[in-house]
Parts: sequence; C-alpha cells; structure tokens
Amino acid sequence: MDNHASGAMPFIVNDCALLAIATGKRAQNLKELRDHLLTIHPGSIYFHFWGNLLHPRFDEPEYNNDFAAWARHGLHDKVLAERLSVVDPNSYGTLDELRQELIEIIEQRLDEREVLAWAQPDQQFEFIRAITVVFRTDLQFFTPEKLAARIRQMSVSSVFYHFIDAKRRNENHLDDFRNWLESFGERYQSLYQSLAQVDPYFTSLTDLREELATIFSGCLCEVGHG
Amino acid sequence: MANLLDAYAEIVGRDVIDQLHQLAGPLRDKRVVHVNSTRLGGGVAELLEKHVPLTRELGIETHWEVITGNALFYQCTKNFHNGLQGKTVNMPADWLRNFEETNAFNADQLRPILSDADIVFIHDPQPAPLLRYLPERKGKWVWRCHIDVNRPNRVIWRYLRSFVAGYDASIFSLAAFAQPLPHTQYLIPPSIDPLSDKNIDLPEDEIDGVCERFGIDRERPVILQVSRFDRFKDPAGVIEAYRIAKHFLPEIQLVLAGGTATDDPEGDAVLAEVRLAADGDPDVHILLLPPDAHRTINALQRAADLAVQKSLREGFGLTVTEALWKGKPVIGGDTGGIRLQVIDHHTGFLVNTPEGAALRIRYLLHDRRKIEEMGQKARQFVRDNFLITRHLREYLTLMVSVLHAAGERIELAGDIRVRGQ
Repeated sequence: MDNHASGAMPFIVNDCALLAIATGKRAQNLKELRDHLLTIHPGSIYFHFWGNLLHPRFDEPEYNNDFAAWARHGLHDKVLAERLSVVDPNSYGTLDELRQELIEIIEQRLDEREVLAWAQPDQQFEFIRAITVVFRTDLQFFTPEKLAARIRQMSVSSVFYHFIDAKRRNENHLDDFRNWLESFGERYQSLYQSLAQVDPYFTSLTDLREELATIFSGCLCEVGHG
Repeated sequence: MANLLDAYAEIVGRDVIDQLHQLAGPLRDKRVVHVNSTRLGGGVAELLEKHVPLTRELGIETHWEVITGNALFYQCTKNFHNGLQGKTVNMPADWLRNFEETNAFNADQLRPILSDADIVFIHDPQPAPLLRYLPERKGKWVWRCHIDVNRPNRVIWRYLRSFVAGYDASIFSLAAFAQPLPHTQYLIPPSIDPLSDKNIDLPEDEIDGVCERFGIDRERPVILQVSRFDRFKDPAGVIEAYRIAKHFLPEIQLVLAGGTATDDPEGDAVLAEVRLAADGDPDVHILLLPPDAHRTINALQRAADLAVQKSLREGFGLTVTEALWKGKPVIGGDTGGIRLQVIDHHTGFLVNTPEGAALRIRYLLHDRRKIEEMGQKARQFVRDNFLITRHLREYLTLMVSVLHAAGERIELAGDIRVRGQ
C-alpha cells in the first residue's frame, strides 16, 4: 500500500530552451555600458545574470555574471569586476531594482576614475536577451517521493525552468517545487525549508540538480521515518 | 537513415534527443524549406546534408532547394562573400543586374514550394533576393548568415541589406556579427557533426598511415594548426612559436595543414612566406591538402598532441571545435569565436603572441597529465555546446518563435501562450 500523501495536482515536468537574440546594443566603455543599462530590456539583464547557466561555461567560472567578466577582461578593471561579481540577483525583488544596483556601482566607479577605460573593438559588451520556449516532457509525479526518485533524470534545462526561472515567473517568487509542496499542507515542511536554503547562483545546473536530489531524498527519508 | 537520431543519441545521450522530439511536436504539421546555392561542398551544404534528414526524422516536412546561376553569378556572389568579410571588392553594375535576374528566374522556378511553405530559411547572400520576387508568400522567411560580418565592406552590406531587411528574422553566428536590421536577429553559433568524416572516430592504423604518408613521427610530440594559408591565421607566428619552444623541447614537430587557396590571390604569397620561414626544417611539415581531405585532417588532429589556432582574426573557428572534440587542448589566438571555445586552463589557452604560444606549448608538453585532463574537459565542452544536436535544438526553438508573435516567452505546455510582448 502506498504510504505517500497526494497533493491536489500532479507535478508536471516542463522543459525549456533559450534562444539568444542580439539587441544591437554594444558598449565599448563604462559610460556606454551605463547608458545602455538605463534603457535596456529587462530580459537582457536577466540573460546576463542567469542565461549563461544554459550556455558554455565551466563549473567554477571566474565571475558569475557577464558584466563582471567584461569589466575584468574587456576593460581590465579588477576593482569594478569584483564589485559587480558580488551582486546577487536573488537579493533584488525585481529586475529594475537589480538594474539600479548595477548603475549605482558603475556610476561610483566612473566618479573614482579620471580616465575612461576602453575595450578593444572586438571586445565590446554585447547586450543579448533571450526568448524562452517552454515545452512539456512526458514526466509527471503525484507525490514528492516519486519525484525524488527521478530528479536525476530531469534535464538540466528542466531544473533551470522549475527552480530558477520559476522565481521570476511566479508571483510569489517561489520555485515550482515549493509551490507544489504547499498543496500537501504541513507534511513536507522540512523539505520545503531545505529547498528555501538552496542558493542556485554559485553552482552549475548539474550540481544544482544533484543538490536538489540529495535534499529530496534526505528530507523524504525523514518524513518516511517520522 | 531511419536511425540517424539513434546514432546521435549514443553520443549526446537519449535525453537530448527526447528534447528534440518534444520541441518538434508543435511543428509536425509545418512545411519547412531551406534554400542555398550548392548541394555539394562548403559548410552550408554540409550542414543541410544532416539538418534536413534530421528534421524529417523528427516528423517535420523539410525540403532543401538549390538555386542555379551562370559563372558570372557565382563570381559576383564570391565577391559578396569577400566583401562581407571586409575586403574591398569590385562590383560592376552588370554583375549586380545578373545577380538580381538570376534570383528572379529562380524565384519563378521555386514559386510553388516557397509560396506555400510555413518557414523558409535562406542561407547566405546568394539567394537573399528571392523574397523580393515572391510577394505572395504565406510563411515566415528567415535569412541565415553563415559569414563573419563583423566589419563588412559598407558598400556591399548596404546593397545586400536592401534585400535582407524585408525578412521576418535573421540568424547570425555571434553577437558581434549582428547588424542594424528592422527585425529580430537570433544568435546561433555553428556546430560540428560528430558522425562526419571530419570528426568520426578513426582506427589507429588509419592515423598511423596518414602520419607515415607525410613523414610525421608518432613517437615524438606533434603540434598542429589546421587553417588556410592566410595572414589572419598567422602561420608565420606559429612557426616562430615552434622555434622558441623547440629550443627547450628539441623533439617537437610542427604540422601546418591547409587547403589550397584557389580563390585567394594572397594564398600563394602567404604559402611562400611560410615555406621561407620554415627554412627547410625537416620537423616542420607544411601540407597543402585538397578541400575534401576530411579524413586526413581528422587523422592529423587525432595524431597531434595539441592544437594551435593562433589566428589574429577569426569568425567562429570550427577547426578549434574539431580539435577540442578530439580531446586536444587548443592554444588559440585571443580573438572572435575562439574566445567562446578556448577557456584558459580548462580547454586550452588564449594567447596574443608567438612567445605566449611557445610558453603554453612548453607548459602542456611538460605535463602530459594536463593534456589528458584538459582534453577530456574539451571533449565534454564540445559535447554540451557545439554539436549538431544543439544546433538543431536552436533551429527548432527558432521555428517555434517565428511562428508565434515575438514574445519573450512561448509556452507550448498545454495551450500555447505567448508572454512578454
């Protein structure tokens, strides 16, 4: 007999594919970067913080957002790169708040420096945004236990969709897992709390998937024994 | 052919192929047509040879049409190609008239299939004017530019832009290539096909045979650059780097393997300079290979200990991708698409001078475990990012995108919804 609780709705696993789009906006120095940041599509700011998770990178990138990486490698400004690199997008409720923080940091740096650094013509900052196509997979789960058993089989882009993209998409800024767990009442509180502690910013999607799988199985083991 | 997707699943994993099937779902009642100017030879034909059967296998009706033209037409489009890459070219008025008349003729020939298609991909400048001659078209038209248009000849671009601006969207390989145009410009980097002659696994005796043919000693370290004999590829700089490194590592050999440069008047001059720089060194192998020597290049890449691509200017640099796929760290010029692929200390090293290249050659040959470790990372990096399956996924995503209003998010799960317009 199945000892697991069932929520009102199954957890339907979706997947997503991002496709990059050129905005046509480029910056060769810090003033140009600041000026474009004032008006750039919020999707571009999102892309330069999060989109690179789904693009070529290594597990321990030097900088976690494209602005910091460009400050270091395009402008050779280590001070600015360090300041930009600690900006954690999770700390801002909206992309416009994040945009304001970036502009503040850049304006402070412009005030500090007497000479404006320029990037080489082939190292300009290219503002990119992305369209996201969301599609359904064949997976759906009625209980967290069933989901836990298959998390490692989810694609990394599914993990991105349900854990990272969800926080921007959902009005309550929660990931999809926690929103679903709420439908079970108090039963999975420990799992819910553990998921809330996960910081996806300084990890790769593969590691994030592993972390989620470990949390699910660990917490559900407790529920099973409780 | 029926199991083409299965063959790729063995390399990239079943989940990647499942994703392609899921994305293709809403496109199964659509008709897609690709148009280019040649069925054989060149990167575009190689791409379509695989893309078309793969999209068919995913259940999407896909056609590949080729336009035809006289010798003058191809002479003109060759100049377009060079002009888009920034060279100064001569373009007499009668060449342009012939270019447009050829496209008008081909539009008439292809009218039935192109007018009814849901999505038409026009590859490169040669067939770009077709759109103008088919005002009754019902589908979405996308112009795919495979050329490095980072700094195009402005006169040539202005002329071609008049044809391209009317498209519903365009595709460029890198953000740096995007041009001011009144429609969405998608960014899709190129890819390599792991099952092609250029990249397929080779038996060890075939690799030995190729090395023997060219007098390359497999018992000693081999450094390889594959590229046309072109100043932007800096073959003389590679020889200089080799000389500096050889002072410390006398056993190394250098292989410079390049195609013949029939359409490049500078090619012969550069080749002569390279031979002069080699100065008869028996450990420098300058190989002039025919354009279809794919398996030979493949074997040389597999025989090499490490690859160099010391370009001073580069579009994307598919030879870098090919070497990384074969598990070879790449010492690459710090430019263009090489920066996307060569990640310092992970897949190779970016360098700016022959001295920098020499240092990295010494560093890597000093510690074979590094070559092994970086080579494994390099292969995985290409598997994740630069194989034809990723390319196909992005084409499918694009097709879904152009068929819906250009929102920021398209949800195919359940009822189709578009958000963020």
